Amino acid sequence: MLDILHQYGVMFLIGSWPNGPIGGFAATLILAGLGLTLSFPIAVVLGLARLSPIKPVRWAASAWVIAFRGVPLVMIIFWAYFVVPLLTGTTVPAFLTALCAIVAYESAFLAEIVRAGIQGLPGGQTEAARASGLSYAQTMRHVVLPQALTNMLPSLVNQFVSTIKATSIVYVIGVNEVTFAAQQVNSIELTHALQTYLILAGFYFAACYALSQLAQGLERRLAQRRLGLA
Amino acid sequence: MLEFSNVDKWYGDYRALDGINAQVAAGEVVVVCGPSGSGKSTMIRTVNRLEPIQGGVIRVEGRDVHDRGCDINALRARIGFVFQQFNLFPHLSVRENVMLSPVKVGGMRPDEAEALARELLEKVGLAHKIDAMPANLSGGQQQRVAIARALAQRPPILLFDEPTSALDPEMVGEVLAVMKQLARDGMTMLVVTHEMGFARDVADRIWFMDQGRILEDTTPQAFFTAPAHPRAQRFLSDVLRTDDVTGAMVPAGQMAPAAHAARCAA
Amino acid sequence: MAFDFAFLASGNYGALILGGVLTTLRLFASSWVLGFIVALLLVGLRGVPLRPFQWLISLFIEYHRNVPTVVQIMVWYFGMPQVLPREVRLWLNHGDTEFLFALIALSLNVSAFMAQDILSGVRAIPATQVEAARSVGLGAFSALRYVILPQAIRMAVPPLVNRSLILFKDTSLAMVIGVGELTYQVRAIENLTFRSFEVFAVATGIYLAAALMLMAAGATFAKRFPADFRS
Repeated sequence: MLDILHQYGVMFLIGSWPNGPIGGFAATLILAGLGLTLSFPIAVVLGLARLSPIKPVRWAASAWVIAFRGVPLVMIIFWAYFVVPLLTGTTVPAFLTALCAIVAYESAFLAEIVRAGIQGLPGGQTEAARASGLSYAQTMRHVVLPQALTNMLPSLVNQFVSTIKATSIVYVIGVNEVTFAAQQVNSIELTHALQTYLILAGFYFAACYALSQLAQGLERRLAQRRLGLA
Repeated sequence: MLEFSNVDKWYGDYRALDGINAQVAAGEVVVVCGPSGSGKSTMIRTVNRLEPIQGGVIRVEGRDVHDRGCDINALRARIGFVFQQFNLFPHLSVRENVMLSPVKVGGMRPDEAEALARELLEKVGLAHKIDAMPANLSGGQQQRVAIARALAQRPPILLFDEPTSALDPEMVGEVLAVMKQLARDGMTMLVVTHEMGFARDVADRIWFMDQGRILEDTTPQAFFTAPAHPRAQRFLSDVLRTDDVTGAMVPAGQMAPAAHAARCAA
Repeated sequence: MAFDFAFLASGNYGALILGGVLTTLRLFASSWVLGFIVALLLVGLRGVPLRPFQWLISLFIEYHRNVPTVVQIMVWYFGMPQVLPREVRLWLNHGDTEFLFALIALSLNVSAFMAQDILSGVRAIPATQVEAARSVGLGAFSALRYVILPQAIRMAVPPLVNRSLILFKDTSLAMVIGVGELTYQVRAIENLTFRSFEVFAVATGIYLAAALMLMAAGATFAKRFPADFRS
């Protein structure tokens, strides 16, 4: 296994860059990171919409969330592969198509995290803010969201872990990330499939385990801070 | 200053407020007391529209609070509200908690607001805690900061919803002391509380509520010595107790004179 | 662009979709049952006070939580035959190896998550329950079986319902090794007819319907078996 790692390690990490587009695990992390970052503003709007007192807004947001949480990511990717070129009128690189699919997919999950974060605050916070004359927007901006976003941090890190794992399927439309790299290595080293795929698993494991530990640490620090100990 | 006219409120079929008619004049201190579930907290929360009403009118400085067309944020800025659970903003320091409304709603300049914050925190005895975070303060300290926060709005009237009910007994005194000083300074106050000693010392009037109605609206002296309504009489006998040594009636929550003397000597 | 759904009823296509749905359901049901059994085993074994044992269980759970499901499927399907003896490999090739390895991978994957969900339910039970169980004379295993687990599983219902939904969606990943479930058939029909929209729409509708049914079933179950046993 070590010689496969030695020989193809760079391919696993960054694909065929600089002789080609950036690939491998670097591409995985870029795709996941970009997807989550672009999805977050949409998710905040959706999360607030889910809590809106205006019924049509609430229903529309709920419909979006249920739709993207109920359909497998692989179907959403096929949809994106079909729809995105239609919308833009030109051919779109697979990476961008996958990015669109991931942004839409993650927006639903992040919206739920935002909603839970806002609902997790004691009702007295909103009351105290409104009672002192702050408007809805001011209350959200100065009192609710700052606290909710901090409380959401561990969930957001966990969602980043989920997104990294989710990117493993985008190779089916030709995106050059680490699972694609593993397929390429396997097609060269036909008799060492187990080692190849275990190395692939290892990359994901290292990153995701480290991030999960970070999330747990954040959770502990937040709990301590709430008790006034930190 | 504050006027209730035929105010009614229902939660579904349950009548929470039943024909409330009462006034608080400028500079008056009114204490609202009564058994649990009598509607006292509900009533005070309708004044700044934290709760809606289904009938009647509530006017603050002549303006209808529940009028859909009025600017509720501007109106709320004219009403100071102190909660039972303090509800300080935990992610902001004491200074920022007090400055938030004057700056964001009142349009005050930050340096002016800071000076105001210092002055008010001095008044409640917490100037030295101006940079602390709420989580590092005791309950009594948090409530005093909450009072300063309400005062920072420079409101003509202050509402208190059971301000000491969530405090450990030894901290009740420090908060009541601040409230008594405010009363002496001429602030208009409507206070829902179980602290009968406070009522006796500083209230101009007492409203006794039961089952959503104001049954008694009278002076403290009249209320404590000769309550008219039988329900009020029962309430007082539950709340007051006899001093073990002297046999005098003492408000519960206040130490009996003999016991107090013993404590001081120790 | 004209959309014509009628073609799906004609010829083979309807049968392909139906076959896909049935395979999806088969894969989902069998991985769920197998996964739940393994999860209960893991929860039971968590009580054994042997350090290397606990370390192995933690490794199992962490591996299945941190490695993507599709990669786990690949490790089983592409990697396992390499280490199996030749006779076993030949025997496997006679049957539906793709389905089998997808089943194994999905079962073990979901078992790790289910075990953690149940364990968090166990942790939520106050220690006083264990004390009470022991003081009426129940041994450690009996206490677990009659007092702790019934309560823990009820508390674990919401995360377990969520996990079931995720498992249902994960069956679509089996398409990468050629299992003929719904998404695989969708791709196949698309390649044959180039009618992407219609066939995607039908499959999406089926997945959404299944998701809504699972969520409704979960809600009914949670109401019928509430965590605080209030009837």
